Amino acid sequence: MNQLLQTVRSSAAGSQQPIRTVALIGPPNSGKTTLFNRLTNLRQKVGNYPGITVEQHTGVMALPNREISIVDLPGVYSLNPCSEDERVAVSVLNGKMDGIPRPEAILLVLDATNLTRHLSLAAPVIALGLPTLALLNMGDLLAKRGGAIDAVKLAGDLGIPVAIVSATMGTGLDAVGRFLQQANSPSPTTLPIVQDVRDCRKWAARVAHKSDYRPPLPPAWTRRFDDIFLHRFWGPIVFMIVVGAVFQTVFGLGQPLSNALQDLLTAMGQKAAPFIANGFLRSLLLDGIWKGVSSVLVFLPQILVLFLFIGLLEDSGYLARAALIADRTMSLVGLNGKAFIPLLSAYACAVPAIMASRTIENKRDRLATILIAPFMTCSARLPIYTLLIAAFIPEHPVVGIFLGSRALAMLLLYVLGFAAAIGTAKILKSSVLKSTPAPFVLELPEYRWPTFRTVGLRLMDRGRVFVQQAGTVILVVSLLVWGLTNLPLHHGHPPALEDSVVAHLGHFIEPAIRPLGFNWKIGVGLLTSVVAREVIVGTLGTLYGRDPQTQSVSLQAALQHDLTFSGAMALLMFFAFAMQCTSTLAVVRRETNSWKWPIIQFIYMTGIAFLAAYMVNQTMALLH
Amino acid sequence: MRVRLSELKPGEAAVIEDVALPEGERQLLMRFGFFDGAEVRCSRRAPLGDPVIYSLDGSEVALRTETACRIFASPIDGKACEQKG
Repeated sequence: MNQLLQTVRSSAAGSQQPIRTVALIGPPNSGKTTLFNRLTNLRQKVGNYPGITVEQHTGVMALPNREISIVDLPGVYSLNPCSEDERVAVSVLNGKMDGIPRPEAILLVLDATNLTRHLSLAAPVIALGLPTLALLNMGDLLAKRGGAIDAVKLAGDLGIPVAIVSATMGTGLDAVGRFLQQANSPSPTTLPIVQDVRDCRKWAARVAHKSDYRPPLPPAWTRRFDDIFLHRFWGPIVFMIVVGAVFQTVFGLGQPLSNALQDLLTAMGQKAAPFIANGFLRSLLLDGIWKGVSSVLVFLPQILVLFLFIGLLEDSGYLARAALIADRTMSLVGLNGKAFIPLLSAYACAVPAIMASRTIENKRDRLATILIAPFMTCSARLPIYTLLIAAFIPEHPVVGIFLGSRALAMLLLYVLGFAAAIGTAKILKSSVLKSTPAPFVLELPEYRWPTFRTVGLRLMDRGRVFVQQAGTVILVVSLLVWGLTNLPLHHGHPPALEDSVVAHLGHFIEPAIRPLGFNWKIGVGLLTSVVAREVIVGTLGTLYGRDPQTQSVSLQAALQHDLTFSGAMALLMFFAFAMQCTSTLAVVRRETNSWKWPIIQFIYMTGIAFLAAYMVNQTMALLH
Repeated sequence: MRVRLSELKPGEAAVIEDVALPEGERQLLMRFGFFDGAEVRCSRRAPLGDPVIYSLDGSEVALRTETACRIFASPIDGKACEQKG
């Protein structure tokens, strides 16, 4: 039954070549990514939900005398690949992943509070024969909850060094540095047949027992929280309160912050004006660039608040419970609760969501999830939503202090996106992507306190991406739009806005969008926002900034004058459905490995957007 | 006595005897600890009654009833009351 591990790679053991690449491997939710952040100080998504690392990430760890690259692999339960992320892990370990050298050593991360189960991964990993260090993570929790493990005995049994660490607290990590300085191949030891999961399990139980492993007491707090969060009656209510609170805070806290930032940016522009010679240059810098870029930058606070909430939900472990509550609903459209997680993270951005779909084992379910994810209301829709809602919907309380009319309007837009996603899933799953239902298996992690470190790092990362976008894509588009508003030159003077190239372009497409209630300026915005949704706000900022009638007022006020109520609502509909994002199209093409699906997706979504906007505008115009 | 895993009530424990599912699904369940000889306890039900959460080896794993009813097990007496609460 058992096989004896022979150290075949005697050269690696003997020559002691310095290690340059090391792989971080462990079961899902073992804290690999937190450890990766600790070791490298590199920003990287961390979540208290199995399957967060869906791509391999590489970081650099500094040792006293040299640097080592660390590859963070997706969480795996075994080395027999079942899903896409397991295939990724196995091919990296075998040196078959392009651009990543074969790791010379392995850091095996195991959850010390779940050791009996997690140890079964040790067998196939040790069998690879590479120098390996086992890190028993969450050692602090193990001790706190009355568990124990004899690390020395365990090391003897496994034939590899073992260290008890806590990635969250940062304790015990000096063992990693020592190991990387002098790593040896595993000592010969008895291993089970590594392809046999059951055999590995039994072996793991035996090894844990021999090392005096005492499992910790069941997590009392997790039980108590689940008594409420998964309660027959209170569970769904808490679920809805949480969702409602997120939206109310995005408006209640984010909006005043955004307004303050708006005032600050406007004041900065006005302060700078006297220092720039009047005329061409001032118009370029202030009306063109500053108005365009700052009209998008002001949404940074709201996007950060949204990401803060999603981060807290993910890190605390609530997200897995939400998936559980949602499973029943998801099964109605032929998907399972696992698809709910990518869909939920699509509220932030469709790109990571589509990559997160790799954890779905069934190929057709995965494709369906990829195709519907862009319907979910991503943060790039927030700028145009907030702008139009603030301009056209008066604020008044709906449910006391809990929900105002504006937050409610926003909530409805989110529901609309979700409904479109679910509806499309139903169509796909009952036609082209029909398949036998894959079993739904979901591990529920313990609740944990989200740490400032992980949530904060992610916020900084998100903020940086958003500001970078404003500083590059939106800057270039604003510049382009401003340039087109100043052409053709008449005797060296820029034309009136109505005679400019951009106005001609806008008027050219106006017949197509007039029935939707849009004017030519919105039309130009629709064209530029094919790049990314938030670009429309920057474009409108530049266009209205160039218009003498609206130059001195805010974009919000300018729109109130220039757009009908039904047109504004139609524009909201358009953005709820349209596929205005080149990054998403690119990632869909990469994940499905063909142009077919992104093209179908673009036509389908934009078609629905046109239809919905048309219907809303026509019906509302009739009612008025 | 042999029961289906889906017949366990919250707090009741059983030892799995047979996972009567296609090979692919069996492999998947095995990685979460569902294989013959494993001790499983029904932990609680999701708010809408399905899926059901099982605890095994100290972890909590949710399964739909449609899957759990294909897993056969023999109940462990007494264990049920001891772990409850």
